[in-house]
Parts: sequence; C-alpha cells; structure tokens
Amino acid sequence: MPEQPYEPEGAIAGTGMGGAMDLGVSEAVTLEKTPGGPQGTGPAGRPRSLWSDAWRDLRRNPVFLLSALVIVFLVVISLWPSVIASGSPLTCDLVRSQDGPAPGAPFGYDGQGCNVYTRTVYGARTSVTVGLCATLGVAVFGSVLGGLAGYFGGVWDSVLSRVTDVFFAIPVVLGGLVLLSVVTSNTVWPVVGFMVLLGWPQISRIARGAVITAKQNDYVQAARALGASDARILLRHIAPNAVAPVIVVATIALGTYIALEATLSYLGVGLKPPSVSWGIDISAASPYIRNAPHALLWPAGALAVTVLAFIMLGDAVRDALDPKLR
Amino acid sequence: MGRYVVRRLLQMIPVFVGATLLIFLMVNVMGDPVAGLCGERACDPATAAQLKREFGLDKPLWQQYLTYMGKVFTGDFGTAFNGQPVTELMATAFPVTVRLTVVAVLFEIVIGITLGVVTGLRRGRPVDTGVLLATLVVISVPTFVTGLLLQLLLGIKWGWIRPSVRYGTFDELIVPGLVLASVSLAYVTRLTRTSIAENKRSDYVRTAIAKGLPRRRVITRHLLRNSLIPVVTFIGTDIGALMGGAIVTERIFNIHGVGYQLYQGILRQNTQTVVGFVTVLVLVFLVANLLVDLLYAVLDPRIRYA
Amino acid sequence: MRGITHARWAAGAVATALAATGCGVGGASGGGNGGAVLSSSWGDPQNPLEPANTNEVQGGKVLDMIFRGLKKYDPRTGRAQDWLARSIRTGDSRNFTVTIKDGWTFSNGERVTARSFVDAWNYGASLRNNQKNAYFFGYIDGYDKVHPDSGGQRADTLSGLRVVDDHTFTVKLNQKFSGFPDTLGYAAFAPLPRAFFTDHAAWVKKPVGNGPYTIESYTRGSQMYLRKWDGYPGTDKARNDGVTLMVYTDSNTAYTDLLAGNLDLADDIPAAQLKNVKGDLGDRYINTPAGIIQTLAFPYYDKRWNTPGSKKVRTGLSMAIDRRQITDTIFRRTRTPATDWTSPVLGTGGGFKAGLCGRACTYDPARAKALIEEGGGIPDGQVKITYNADSGSHKQWVDAVCNSINNVLGNAKACVGNPVGTFADFRNQLGAHKMTGPFRAGWQMDYPLIQNFLQPLYYTGASSNDGKWSDKAFDRLVDRANAETDTARAVAGFQKAEEVVRDNMAAIPLWYQNGNAGYSDRLSHVALNPFSVPVYNEIKVG
Repeated sequence: MPEQPYEPEGAIAGTGMGGAMDLGVSEAVTLEKTPGGPQGTGPAGRPRSLWSDAWRDLRRNPVFLLSALVIVFLVVISLWPSVIASGSPLTCDLVRSQDGPAPGAPFGYDGQGCNVYTRTVYGARTSVTVGLCATLGVAVFGSVLGGLAGYFGGVWDSVLSRVTDVFFAIPVVLGGLVLLSVVTSNTVWPVVGFMVLLGWPQISRIARGAVITAKQNDYVQAARALGASDARILLRHIAPNAVAPVIVVATIALGTYIALEATLSYLGVGLKPPSVSWGIDISAASPYIRNAPHALLWPAGALAVTVLAFIMLGDAVRDALDPKLR
Repeated sequence: MGRYVVRRLLQMIPVFVGATLLIFLMVNVMGDPVAGLCGERACDPATAAQLKREFGLDKPLWQQYLTYMGKVFTGDFGTAFNGQPVTELMATAFPVTVRLTVVAVLFEIVIGITLGVVTGLRRGRPVDTGVLLATLVVISVPTFVTGLLLQLLLGIKWGWIRPSVRYGTFDELIVPGLVLASVSLAYVTRLTRTSIAENKRSDYVRTAIAKGLPRRRVITRHLLRNSLIPVVTFIGTDIGALMGGAIVTERIFNIHGVGYQLYQGILRQNTQTVVGFVTVLVLVFLVANLLVDLLYAVLDPRIRYA
Repeated sequence: MRGITHARWAAGAVATALAATGCGVGGASGGGNGGAVLSSSWGDPQNPLEPANTNEVQGGKVLDMIFRGLKKYDPRTGRAQDWLARSIRTGDSRNFTVTIKDGWTFSNGERVTARSFVDAWNYGASLRNNQKNAYFFGYIDGYDKVHPDSGGQRADTLSGLRVVDDHTFTVKLNQKFSGFPDTLGYAAFAPLPRAFFTDHAAWVKKPVGNGPYTIESYTRGSQMYLRKWDGYPGTDKARNDGVTLMVYTDSNTAYTDLLAGNLDLADDIPAAQLKNVKGDLGDRYINTPAGIIQTLAFPYYDKRWNTPGSKKVRTGLSMAIDRRQITDTIFRRTRTPATDWTSPVLGTGGGFKAGLCGRACTYDPARAKALIEEGGGIPDGQVKITYNADSGSHKQWVDAVCNSINNVLGNAKACVGNPVGTFADFRNQLGAHKMTGPFRAGWQMDYPLIQNFLQPLYYTGASSNDGKWSDKAFDRLVDRANAETDTARAVAGFQKAEEVVRDNMAAIPLWYQNGNAGYSDRLSHVALNPFSVPVYNEIKVG
C-alpha cells in the first residue's frame, strides 16, 4: 500500500546528508536559489500513488489504447508469425525476383525472390526483440547509473561522468563496425549487447540531469527535512519525476535501435543470416530502390509503425506520470 | 570561472586516455592489418614480418599504445598504409566534415527548435500531431534509406542538386547536412516540445503573462530561454557524434571527410588512421561539452560556476 | 511513357548544367582543365603507386596510363606484344636475352635503358623495400638471397639479372618457365627513372613514367589529373587531352553522378543498377569479358571437407547451383556461368576450354541431391559460405547461391551466408585457417596465361591457395608444363593439370566476370581491356 510521503524517522540524519551532498556536487552546478512556488504536489483527498493515478489516466487515453493495441499485435505476431503468414520466410526462388503482388504474396517479391509479406511478418520477432531488449538494457543500465551519480554526486559522479564521456566519445557506427565485425554468432545478442554498451551513456546523462533537477525541488527537500532515507527519496520522490525524460528518450531510442540494426546490416556487420529482420530486408532492398521500391517500403513501413506505436505509448505514459501536466 | 575551466580541462585527461585506449583496443581486436594488404593472396611471410616490424605491430599492445600516444603528443599521428601521413589526411578530411557538421547543426537549431516551440505551444493540435508524425517517420527510417532516396529524387529524377559532392562547399552540403541532421533534428524537436510544454505552465511564465507582457516576449525571453537547457545539452553532445557518425552519409554523397577516412581506415584495418581520427573526435567532443556547460550559465542565471 | 521519362531526364540535365555554369564550376571535365579532358571514376589506391607495390585495379589504372613495359597486352585480344622490347630470346626457357628499342624516354626526358629495367626489378624484389608484388620476381635467379623467407637479406641485387649494354640485359631464371616473357607486360616489370631512386618521396607524390600520360596533379584520396604527354614515342598515343580520375566513396554514387552529367566514365556499375543501364544509357554501356573468375573454395585443413566422400558433396553442391539463373537475374549477364577454371579471355589457344567441367557444373537438382547424400551429406547439416561484405555484390550472389542449394535440398537452412565485415578480416580468417565451410574465392588474372589461373590457386603451398588444397599429380603436371619450351604443349600440359582440379572438384567454378562501364555522350571509342580497365588512350572526347 502507498504510504504518506512525510515520515518523521531519521530526520536528523537525512538533513545532515542532504547538506553535505549539496556542497559535493562535483560538476559545480550549485543553485543560488531553488525555484520558488508550490508545485501542487500535495496529496489530493485520499492517498493514491502516482502510478495508480497514471493508470487511471491512461485507461481513458485513446492514443495509449491504440498504441498498446499495435504493440500487442506486434508481440502476438512475433510469438506466432505463422498465424497470419503461411510458408517460410527463407523459401526464395530467384525466378520471381522483384515481382509484384501475387496470390499468397500481397506485398510482392524482393530481389532474391523471397515473399516480402512473409518476411515482413517474420521479421517482426527479431526487430522487436532487438529494439526492446536494447532499449530495456540501455534504460535500466543508464538510468540506474546516471540516477545514482546525479543523486549522490561526489566521487561516484565524477568517475561515472568520465566513463560516460569515454563511451560517448566513440561514434556508434564506428564502434559497431569495429566490434561487430569480429562476431561470428548469428543470434541477436551481440547486436543487442553492442547497442547497450554504446547506448547507455545517453540515458545515463539524461537521468543524471533529471535527478539533479528533481533533487532541488521543494518536496524533495521537505522529504529530506522530514528524515526520509535516500532509497525512499530516490524511489518515491525523485524517480517518478525524473523518469519522464528517460521515457521520452528511450522510446525514441527504441526506434533508432531498430533502424541502427538496419544500418549495421547495410555495412555488413549486423544480424547474420539466416536471421530474418526488417533491418536486413531494408538494407538488402535499398540498392534496388529504383526498380523494386515495394521490397523496401513494406519492411520500412512496418518499422515506422512499430516505432510510432512505442513512441506514442511512451508519450502517453509520460504525460500520465507528469503531475505538472495534469 | 577560470578555476572551473581549469578543473574541467584536467577532467578531460582521464577521458582522453580512456577513449583512445578503448578505441586502440577495439581496433586491435580486429586482428592483423597486414593480411589485407596483399590482395587475394597471402602476403609472403618475410614482407609481412617486416611490415609488422615497421608499423610496430610486433610489440606488446601496451607498448604500442604508449609509443603511439607519445608520438601523438609531438604531433606525429603516424602514417597510413598508402604512405601518407595521417595528419595530411586530417588536413583534407576535417575541413569538409566541419562544414557538414555546421550545416547539420544549423538545421537542428533552426528547424528543430522552431518546430519544437510551435508544437510545444500547440500540444494536441493538428500541427503538433502532423509534426510528431513527421519526426517519427524520420526517426524510423534509417539514414542510408533517407540519403539514397533524396539522392535519387533530388539528384537524378528532378535534377535539383548534384547527386554527389565534389568540392565540399557549403552549397553542396545542404542536402547531405539535412540527411545527417535528420534523426537528431527529430530529437531536438521532441525535446524542445516536451520542455516547452512543461515550462509553459510554470509560475514564472504565468507571472509574466499576468504582468501583461506581450506574448512574443514571454515566449522568447522567459519560456524559450529556460526550455533550451536540455536542448543545448543534446546539441552539444551531438556535435561529436555528428562528426564521427557521418560514415554512412559521407559514403552516399561522396564526401571525402572524416567518416570516409574512418570507414576506409576500418576496412583496411589501419590502426593509425582510425585511432588518430578518433583521438581528434574525442577532443572535439570534450571541448563541445565544456562549451555547453559554460552556456548553461548564460541560459540559466541561477547557475554560477565556482 | 518513354517519351515523358526522357523529357524529364533532359530537363534534369539542363537544370544541372545551368546550376553548374551558374556556380562557375567547370562541368564534367573536372578540375577546370578545359579541352578534351574526360573524368573517370576511381577508388583510392591502397598502396603507394610504385609499380611493384600495386596489386589492385585502382592503382593499376594509373600505372596502365603512365607506364609501358617490355610487353603490352593487346586491349582486345589480351595477347602479349613486344612493346619496349625489340626481342626476348631464349634457347632453354631459362636464360633469356632482352633487347630494348631505341627512342624511348621517360616523360622527364631521361632515356629508357637496360638499366632502367634491371634497377626497377632489383628494387621490386628486395625485401627491404616492402614491395607487395615482390614474388613476381621469384622466378629470377638469386631471389632467395634478395628476399629470403626468413632471416636477413643476403644480397642487394638479383644475381640472375645482368646489364650487357644500354640496350641489352640478360635474365637467368631459377627454373624453366616458358611463359616468362608473356608475364612481362605486368605493371610490376615496368622500367623506372633514376628520379625514383634519387628522390623517392617526391616521386611517390607525383610519379613519373614512360606511358602516354603524365601526372599533372595528384591530390591523394580525392583526385588525379593526368595530361596527355605530347612527346610520347609509342604508337598508342592518347587521343584525348587528358583524364581526371575522381575518387568515389561508393560505386553507386559514381553511377548516379554519371546519370546527372557530372562524370564521363563510370566503370564497375553496381549490380543493383544493371537493370536500369539500358534505359539510362542506351548503347553507352559496355559489358566485355575480363580475366576474372569467381569460385567457391573449400577448407581442406578442416577434416570434414577432406573425407573420401566430400568430393561427392562438393560436386553435388556445384550441381545444385543454378548459375544461369543467378547470372541472368542478379548480374544481368555481366557474368557468364563458368564451365572451366580459367577464363574465356585466354582464348582457346591460350588454354580456355569451355565445358571442361562437364555435368558437374550443370544445374541438376535430382543428381545434386543424390550426390550430396551419397557423399555423407553436408558436414554438420549446414554449409556456411564465408565472404567479405564490404565490397562488390557478394551478399547478393551468396544469398542466391544458398537459396538455390536450399531449394534443391528442400531445407531452408542447409546453406547460409556468413558475412565478414571487412576484406582485411576476411583475409585474416583465411590466413588463420578459420574457415569451416566454402568461402568466396575470386581471381583476377595478373597476366593472360593459363598458368596464372592454376598455379597460384591450386599448387601446394601457393600464395592464393587459401584452402590448402594439395595434390601431387597436379603439382607434377604444373612443373612439367612450366618446363615446356613450346607454348602449345605448355598450354596442353596445364589443361591436363586443370583436369585434376576438375576430377577432385577442388573448387566450385561459379562464373566468369565481365568488366562493365557506362559513359557520357561526350565520349566515343570507349573499351575495357581484359583486366577490366578502361583503355583510356583510345577514348575520344567531343
């Protein structure tokens, strides 16, 4: 059950630490004054958590419902692609190379004579797996590291900021070319691992900034003054307010990860055959853009719809979580 | 202020060492670069051994790194396999890429922020939805597809632009710059939109409106200035990424810049070229970050650097 | 429909032309040199442009323009003709006497003498100069001292080379090699001026040779302007005023630039664009055979590919590939299904023998499946075809080959492509014997001899024998053929050796590769030589 935010225990320890913390923000960003004015964060009527509030909002939001529907559909065809597509995505006959739509192949055939419809349906699994796993990994890894650094500051923050900088400084495509060119496995995990490895600093930096901002808010100061523990302040007061920018960037990043997988395939270091993914198909079809645009447009369209769904979902969740926008 | 800058400069040292070491290790993971030099045949062992000796590849890795960094500090970035000093490659590659990056960043600032402000002020309206959808499409289509498509349509079908870049002048780089900026542009739009929408309801904006200030002044002076902080962070960190991330764009539009040299360097496993260029990119990245942080103070008077 | 497209093209061309003049930039000629200068697509040469250090086509293009050697390969027939050589005589296929014609000079005025050749060859062979083509001098006596496999260099010059007078030198080989004179048209055997040795750095910045063109300016990594050399003494004078070689990051971009009227000549048109060339260029497109063959080689160091039954599996795989379908659909007839292990550019007199492979290279699904089963099936149930994904259209054809095999075997995962990110890494893995299945093996001839298609690829321990195939009978036949003094008998001997390759299906021949190019309407008399390099000196502009 959600509890009242203001609790007396450990009050003295809390303030002591908070004071020390303010002096120790290593980035030397000290605020001369904190933004004034009430933020309207007081509990309304009966005790309800932010999350249950958000859920009530979301259930009534058509954008959320639509995008959730698309995502559920994607998950279903990722799990059971044969429900809506017959045949194997790997059965290709060069005789039908670049042919238009035909019975059983509503999207036509690609350069190798593979059924574009079947491949687009089967490609969902790999692409959604790559996108979701990479985003999840990046978001968890990045926001935990960034959030902790932002909250505690000091040496941790310095070290983490430097490590973030190191990874940030390496261009992603370059890193992919170098690291993935030595991979021999044909599963999605090397690609996912690589995206997490080079993607987390982005989230980490944003989470850190958001936590530093949220930390300055009156309600956090108040909670600290009342003696809430660090863990409690972080989870109850800061996280819900700092999660919004992370969600925005993460949902956009999800799309770019699926697109990045295509770019890596274009450069010859992405997923390896016999994997079937939108990225592989988009990169294989892009040289034929003049003659067989359909082979490019369908997987690219599927990619766009997927990305759209995730971003709209992310937007809706963010709006619901942000008390300032209520 | 001065002390702050000095401290930041000192902080760059570990990052610089870390990043160069990381890229050095990564390139070395790729294996023996000499094998690719002899065409479709194995190099004769004597020549291969001698080449390795001359490039210092027969030494242990840590020693190679130290030797390399030692030389870098004296301005010697080594020699590419075609006998050309890496510094010479840099002198031809960086100016083009810098121009390309400037074009890309201008697009981000002008189009990205404008769209972000417009949509942020009109959340939920058709303009907002339209721009939102457009940014999504841009994000979801890989750069190489956007690039090839624009090249095909503008360069060949309609003949509006030259499909390839020859001299690397600003006018030739408009379309490649737009392609390079496209994904970041979408980010900037969305970040600005979110930030504006949040700050629109803040007290200082309400106060300003209540005071009867003109709408334009409220937006530019109060709202925009405060909303731009996350956007500036993003653009600042993006400069380094744009310069090094132009591998695909530069390849499609035939730009002989940093991305092209890096790609060639990787294909030929030319450690000296790759590490040299990345070293410079790391420096650019660090300096851009420092400038962003200094810009904070300009945008947010509450922030003071001690 | 056709008319509309055409009008739109024309409008595009006009707009581009207007834009070009408006900006004050000198159109397609490039570099603003004016006159009958053509621009041509180029790739950044991998090595410094020293003759004995250039082993790929892009550097080869330049050497072909600025150097002439003892022999020259006829751009049409590929036959080696005496060029700077007045005669090359031998009585025993081992001792050769070379005499040089009068009147040849380098473009800096220096005379081409016997010493120009001997010095150049000594430089190319010497280990200390790191020349990647040093092994071309491996037949010359004393090579083992100048370029030992291990240990220090024991001599500076090849003992087999001796200058007799300004016009004569002798060559002594360490074994009989009747085809030796015909190899001398290769760029590595070009003569070098003294300036190459006295001021090497300056020479590499702006090479000086004795060919129909001189290098006017060279911006490394972006472009080279070669001007016609008016004083060129040879009969193959340039018929244009010069050539601007422009480095392109991608062959697709070069083709697009050709269409937009910014480039005069684009060779190596990417496979994906081939469907459009007829409509885009009409008859301004050439597609001529070149001395290139693509094969699938096997790792014989891997026991699973070296069993008694694996020969049947290899033959079965070969018969499961529908070559005709792939060359027609993917390559639009810029490749021809291979039926032997050499190339049609050799001509039947030179050793090409159509149909030598017989049924084993004919698509026959039923027989293919049966053979693979008889041979014990595919090792571990899956063939992985390894290739480098960074260049050419390798992914397209490997996928197509795999689909063909999969359809024959009725198993969608029987064959998969295994891309390797970079060529360098591909070579590394080959060198480290890491292949677990067939791999891409392409061979572009150095000189038009059947020997060059067999010995480097299948002789025990040869430099391009990446699968480590070894067969005593083959080696013996090659040795014997090399020792023949009569060309026809030597060729017949090599064909016998080729039959050994066939009987073991040492490598699966896929297709003979053509050279292709498209050009602008400013140009005429455009042709490619058997090395798939444009014959620049014959091109007329305007």
